[in-house]
Amino acid sequence: MTNDHPMAIRSERLARHYQMGETTVRAVDDVSIEIRAGEFVALLGSSGSGKSTLLNLMAGLDRPTSGTIFAEGRNLAEMRSEELAQHRSRTIGMVFQAFNLLPRMTLEENVELPLRLAEVDREERRARVREAIERVQLTARLTHRPSELSGGEQQRTALARALVNRPAILLADEPTGNLDSVTGDEIMQLLGEINKAGMTIVMVTHERPRAERFANRIVVMSDGKIVSEGGAL
Amino acid sequence: MKGRDLAELAGRNLREALLRNSLTTIGISVGVASLVAMLSLGVGLQDLASDRLARTGLFDAIFVTPRSSAAAYRGTLAPIEPPKTLDEQAREEMAALPNVVEVYPDIRFPIEIRYAGSSYATVAAGVAPSAHKDGAFDDMRGSFFSSSDADETILQIDLARQLSDHPDSLIGKDLTVRYAERQPLPPDPADSKSQPDGFSIVPREKGLRIVGIVETEPAGGIGSMGRGRLLLPLHLAEALRTARTNDLRDLLRDSRKKSYESLTVRVNDPPKVKAVEDSIKQMGFTAFSLLDASKSLSLVFTVFDLFLGIFGSLALVVASLGIVNTLVMAILERRREIGVLKALGASDRDVRSLFFVEAGAMGSLGGVLGVAIGWLIGHAINFGTNVYLKGRNLPAIRVTAVPWWMVLAAIAFSIVVSLVAGMYPASRAARLDPVEALRYE
Repeated sequence: MTNDHPMAIRSERLARHYQMGETTVRAVDDVSIEIRAGEFVALLGSSGSGKSTLLNLMAGLDRPTSGTIFAEGRNLAEMRSEELAQHRSRTIGMVFQAFNLLPRMTLEENVELPLRLAEVDREERRARVREAIERVQLTARLTHRPSELSGGEQQRTALARALVNRPAILLADEPTGNLDSVTGDEIMQLLGEINKAGMTIVMVTHERPRAERFANRIVVMSDGKIVSEGGAL
Repeated sequence: MKGRDLAELAGRNLREALLRNSLTTIGISVGVASLVAMLSLGVGLQDLASDRLARTGLFDAIFVTPRSSAAAYRGTLAPIEPPKTLDEQAREEMAALPNVVEVYPDIRFPIEIRYAGSSYATVAAGVAPSAHKDGAFDDMRGSFFSSSDADETILQIDLARQLSDHPDSLIGKDLTVRYAERQPLPPDPADSKSQPDGFSIVPREKGLRIVGIVETEPAGGIGSMGRGRLLLPLHLAEALRTARTNDLRDLLRDSRKKSYESLTVRVNDPPKVKAVEDSIKQMGFTAFSLLDASKSLSLVFTVFDLFLGIFGSLALVVASLGIVNTLVMAILERRREIGVLKALGASDRDVRSLFFVEAGAMGSLGGVLGVAIGWLIGHAINFGTNVYLKGRNLPAIRVTAVPWWMVLAAIAFSIVVSLVAGMYPASRAARLDPVEALRYE
């Protein structure tokens, strides 16, 4: 990725510390990172290394203890709660390891949910939901509930839900963690295509081979710090 | 989030835990029903009392007497200034006052009734035609006078029972009334300058047809003779020229004009009684109305309704705790869902609103159901009361009433109580840390 691309996410000396009794847990500690628009960055690290916390800070779900984090040019650390909600609604799409689909809603309704929250008109909503579902090839399962879908289908639904608001940045927290290798590869393939279409992707994973196969850049974290950073093989 | 989307999501959430939410809603409806039943009883009793009092004809009437008459009866010295006479001129002046419907004398005199070979002493009273219009005779048996000078009578029920074991059978029958008539004496033939200023009293009889039977004489009982038990059309009563206590006073007065012991002034609307009463007092007469008594009654019932409302509301307050419990349970169950909503862009306000709408929906549904149940309870109370009254041969009454303002107020109160109950759970849900919520299993 060249320096010509605008900055999607930039953090400077970013820290997120928790107090657990008398111990201070430094989940993210002095992290400075720059991610340019259109990059596919994989955050690698063992459990507790701070990669998910960093992802949550990028999403505006969590607030830093110190430092700054900019997304699309705006400092998330200074945003009010309502502004952070707007940031998550308009700029960010999120995919989780556990899919996090609402069980009583159909596939179509789950995908529509971010559009409801963004107060998009009903007519436009319908068109965008169809478009997102076609993109993940689940048109035949519109009225199915999550319990009636396979793991791969659920993750594709979650992906459609993340894309439906046409965000600038897609944040994926171990998106293949609950899937078998074939289905996991399918999801990764899909993420690759989405990235090629121009979307910035930051993916948390502990599967180095997949990260090396699909991401442009791998950032390795340990104990809340970035320990290595470089292009994929 | 837009209102319609909020409502749809809230409706979906409520349907999800249908049993629990239904039980909570039923709890609210029982609370509202208790409130409505209590208040409907209070309002119904107030309406009943007001209606009964209105039918006495006392609340739109002003009773006028000459200013000195009370002092004269007590035997005190007469004032130096001669009191203003309650004569025909005064009657016309009062009739010309704004909002006055009718001014008529209180004609009340002792009589003896002869019926079926027996005699009964009682009091007769003249009834103005306007008395028929204020509902005072709505519950009567038979009919009102065919005209204001017809030879007809309406009997008070106790008198009718004295005359016959089957009072209703008296309607259409005739009776004879003996009364004292005042006859003016001719001028003294020995004195060519004398005026007809004396009178004699002679007994007279009058045949009357019984046309109706009534519970009580409306607007009666203010004068010294008490309520009339045999009622006559006013103009007929005036035409009988019965002897009155005023005749003696008229005899001594220089003007020798006919005067009235008292007049009744009927006003078109009870709230206007005060202004008319003040005008009459300014004219130099003593005026008296029962408006103040009516106000006191209204105050008593307002306090009564307040206490009934407080007791009725207690059940609703208890039910509101059910809402708190239900929504707090919902937060625990939907913790992860709240996290997902926030991750997808829901603001704290969206989450708060969602829980508020759920509380409000339970409150409004519970309110509507509660009003319906309260209304049914009211009808059951009415039914039970009337069965009891019928068993005692008493007329049917309505002891409960659910006016529109009560329906709307009860539903609004239910929604407000539900929203207040939903405040804590809603704000707790809104404050939920999305990272923690998403981690929740």
